[in-house]
Amino acid sequence: MNRPAGPGRLALLHVRLGIQQEMQYRANFWVQLVNSVIALGTGIVAIAIVYQHTETLAGWSPEELVTVLGVHLMVGGFLRTLVFPNMYKLMQDVEQGTLDYTLTRPADSQLLVSVREVELWSLIDVLTGAGVLVWAVLRLGDRVGIFHYLAFLVALVCGSIILYCLWIIAATLAFKVVRVDNVMQMLSGIYDAGRWPVGVYPGWLRGGLTFVVPLAFAITVPAETISGRIDWIWLLFTGLATSVAFVAARLIWLWGIRNYSGASA
Amino acid sequence: MTTENHFSLFRYYLAGSRVGFQRDLQYRLAAFMVLVGFLIEPVVYLSVWTAVARTQGGSVGGFDQGQLAAYYVVWTLVRVYNTAFDPKAWEWRIREGRINVFLSQPVHMFHRDFSIFMGSKLVWTILWIPIAFVLTLIFRPAIEWHVVNVAAFAVAIWGGYGVRFLVLYVMGMINFWTTRGAAMFGIVTALELIFSGRLVPLQLLPDWAQSLAARMPFRWTFQFPIEVLIGRLEPAEVLTGLGYQFAWATGLGLLFALVWSRAVRRYEAVGN
Repeated sequence: MNRPAGPGRLALLHVRLGIQQEMQYRANFWVQLVNSVIALGTGIVAIAIVYQHTETLAGWSPEELVTVLGVHLMVGGFLRTLVFPNMYKLMQDVEQGTLDYTLTRPADSQLLVSVREVELWSLIDVLTGAGVLVWAVLRLGDRVGIFHYLAFLVALVCGSIILYCLWIIAATLAFKVVRVDNVMQMLSGIYDAGRWPVGVYPGWLRGGLTFVVPLAFAITVPAETISGRIDWIWLLFTGLATSVAFVAARLIWLWGIRNYSGASA
Repeated sequence: MTTENHFSLFRYYLAGSRVGFQRDLQYRLAAFMVLVGFLIEPVVYLSVWTAVARTQGGSVGGFDQGQLAAYYVVWTLVRVYNTAFDPKAWEWRIREGRINVFLSQPVHMFHRDFSIFMGSKLVWTILWIPIAFVLTLIFRPAIEWHVVNVAAFAVAIWGGYGVRFLVLYVMGMINFWTTRGAAMFGIVTALELIFSGRLVPLQLLPDWAQSLAARMPFRWTFQFPIEVLIGRLEPAEVLTGLGYQFAWATGLGLLFALVWSRAVRRYEAVGN
């Protein structure tokens, strides 16, 4: 008998399946490409309008602000590729009672509900964001060194994990209140605030975007890292925030499935 | 149309509005959360432009911090009134055969959709009041209240709704020809974001962009009602703006009638 697949292999298998599913709808590639160009275009236009009226925004130069846009696009692409579709599927399953089929499988349920769906073409956003970042970093010149690149990768992974945790915590609320799609919609709205560095916002909002919806760690810190303006202590805080978010998401998920009684049949 | 027909249509609108009101009242928590989601966007823009104004000695493009706050607080109400039938929803309607039942009814489905959205706005307005109160406390908007401005705003905000509803309705017709309209809707939405005054007051755009905005309907749906209430327009400008709204609504209404007559001829009913 074959050994059961480990978590990594299981996740990869599901992702591969999702990719094959998406490859059937290739025309969606063009739709997504247009949408990515639009998102990039409006982001650039907004930055251009701002810098027509000022030379610096809360201490950020135009090139530095473009790194924020790049990270925002990349992380947004990751969310749309893997996180949003899986969380919507989870909510749908709770509502229709079909989550039982996943919970009864001999594998970690949190892992399974997190990798079942892939919106492949949203990866275009990740590539667009990466392209924008490369352009901005080239303009920033020598101030960005090898340590910044490495730290950026760490910060980007941490930021993505934090946002995944936030979304799964919100989706887990579905076990109690069933219809949480509006909460998800609200979170998506709040995510747009990450297009600008949190330092721009008034204190109360900055606090909210650091401790409640931690876009400060997920977007601003990676952008500060890659633009060479990071205060290294923030990288440490980002690591801490990631650990806290991961443990909280795990505990809330376990609490959620303990309270889930199924609604099917 | 006879007087009796006019009266029937009026009663139809009343009934439709009541349906929209009761539907959204039922889902008031959901509506409130969507409203909070709406809130983030203007707060972000306001924060950015306030930061810019500070670097420029307190004002930017003729807006001081209080006026910027006034612009973006009224923005939130206009945004509520700008919501209309989403063109993407037309794709679902057509694919699922959901318009079949409306096609066989004596009153055009436009009136149904328009009146239901009208009714839902009353619920959203009630939910908006506490949000506006909190925003006012935080950002301290500078609005010079005048009865005439308030009265003109009451007309302009509904005029803006009418124009935007028609823009989206005409765009929705694209779905009769293709199911891949999403890219085009995305482009129009981006143009609207920039040229309506939603992203930034149009005065802050370069001159060429301002003259481009003057040739599009979006300004009259969004920035115009805001400027009317916060008192940035002279009476003659208000009247001209209302005239533009009327002209755009008429033009778009005629365009819709033309496209609709061709669209339904293409339509083949499937499903229920």
